[in-house]
Amino acid sequence: MAVATRRSDPQGSEPTLVRFDRGERVLHWVNATLFAVMLGTALCLYVPALSAQVGRREVVKTIHVYTGLALPFPLLLTALAPRWGRAFRSDARRLNRWSGDDRQWLRSFGRDPGVRLGKFNPGQKLNASFTLGAIVVMIGTGFMMRWPQRWPLAWRTGATFVHDWIFLALVVTITGHIMLATRDRDALGSMVSGRISRRWARFHAPRWLEREEHTKG
Amino acid sequence: MAPLTTHHHDGTAEEQDPAAEPAGTPVGRRVVLGVVGLGVVGVVVGKRVQSWVSNVLTPIQAADPTGLTQLVPAAGGFRIYTVTDSLPSQNAATYRLAVTGLVDRPLSLSLADLQAMPATSLVKDFQCVTGWRVPAVHWTGVLLAQVLDRAGVRPGAAALRFWSFDGAYTESLTLEQARRPDVLVAYDMLGAPVTRAHGGPVRLYVSPMYGYKSAKWLAGIEVTAKVEPGYWENEGYDVDAWIGKSNGRSDPAV
Repeated sequence: MAVATRRSDPQGSEPTLVRFDRGERVLHWVNATLFAVMLGTALCLYVPALSAQVGRREVVKTIHVYTGLALPFPLLLTALAPRWGRAFRSDARRLNRWSGDDRQWLRSFGRDPGVRLGKFNPGQKLNASFTLGAIVVMIGTGFMMRWPQRWPLAWRTGATFVHDWIFLALVVTITGHIMLATRDRDALGSMVSGRISRRWARFHAPRWLEREEHTKG
Repeated sequence: MAPLTTHHHDGTAEEQDPAAEPAGTPVGRRVVLGVVGLGVVGVVVGKRVQSWVSNVLTPIQAADPTGLTQLVPAAGGFRIYTVTDSLPSQNAATYRLAVTGLVDRPLSLSLADLQAMPATSLVKDFQCVTGWRVPAVHWTGVLLAQVLDRAGVRPGAAALRFWSFDGAYTESLTLEQARRPDVLVAYDMLGAPVTRAHGGPVRLYVSPMYGYKSAKWLAGIEVTAKVEPGYWENEGYDVDAWIGKSNGRSDPAV
């Protein structure tokens, strides 16, 4: 509904909101790049037809392993940076906390019109939490696969098993993430420019808009 | 940074945040810990689950013309590894296998020469050092021992060096290992001529050792005085790659 009216918005001059600050946007696109490299190299290592075409297994493997080891650093550096990471830290808190509305949204598959969400919807919260957990698991199991000597054989096989299945799960969630982003150009645009319209916030994140207007005074 | 400083995302907003909008249950943290916990459980019990998945999928995969089931983790089947840019290729009609070094009669064998020699067939697993195993693969070729006899190994020889026509891959065996009755110069595999992806037209199959010993795209065999470690052995893999007794692994023998 919001989509249909947005382009002819008569109140287009309404001031926009900052949805993601520069630190968050930089982190998002650095992470996106690292994930793309991980995924590309993973496919070359994993899909027989691609392995056969690309070859150079040890080079591909090295890129995959060191990109994986690099993955936590942008997150950690942003989380620890005093000013640069401030907005990231408060968004991380928002993603962690679930309200009664969030539960109701999930129970009604997002259809309950009475639900009033905050800055992030429960789907985004689940995706963020799953992805963070998956990063930890992928680095742990990847480490066991790359430096296998100290682990019992059964665990090494188990690590490969977990790494394979989380990989498939990540392909699904990342594909979903990208598809949903391309269907909501405003939301996608806000990960580039940082800003989003109040109209969008009124529809998708009413409690956040309320707080923003309240805080602004 | 300019939009930031003029906006409300400053110190005051931050101080209020934990008590304000983000109130509620920390479900996110539980999900993160849950995923990590499942990962740990998966590492510990994954081996058993994997063999179950593999048992279920192997018959389905055998009848699957699309190859899509190959993408399911732990479904079994070969993974195709190469160390060069792409799959090397050589015409079966013009293919030659060189046998050189400490021999009485250096050879250059065509595929037809190899097929004219006594054939040996084996049905044995292919076990990769990275953990995957393809059960009961059908192999046909010439015993490496017979190729060596045809060339005539000279006194003072103790080992073999193999090289691939991919231009990069090498392997090694001791003469004693090479003369085992389960070491083949293979031209058939899986019931058909060895495909390009599997190392055709001719590859090595060293049954009692991990897959990296079974050099694909075999171009030459040099008889040497001592073992010269091959491609992966220079990357830290064991030279004597007995299945279950090397590379820190304990897989059942083939």
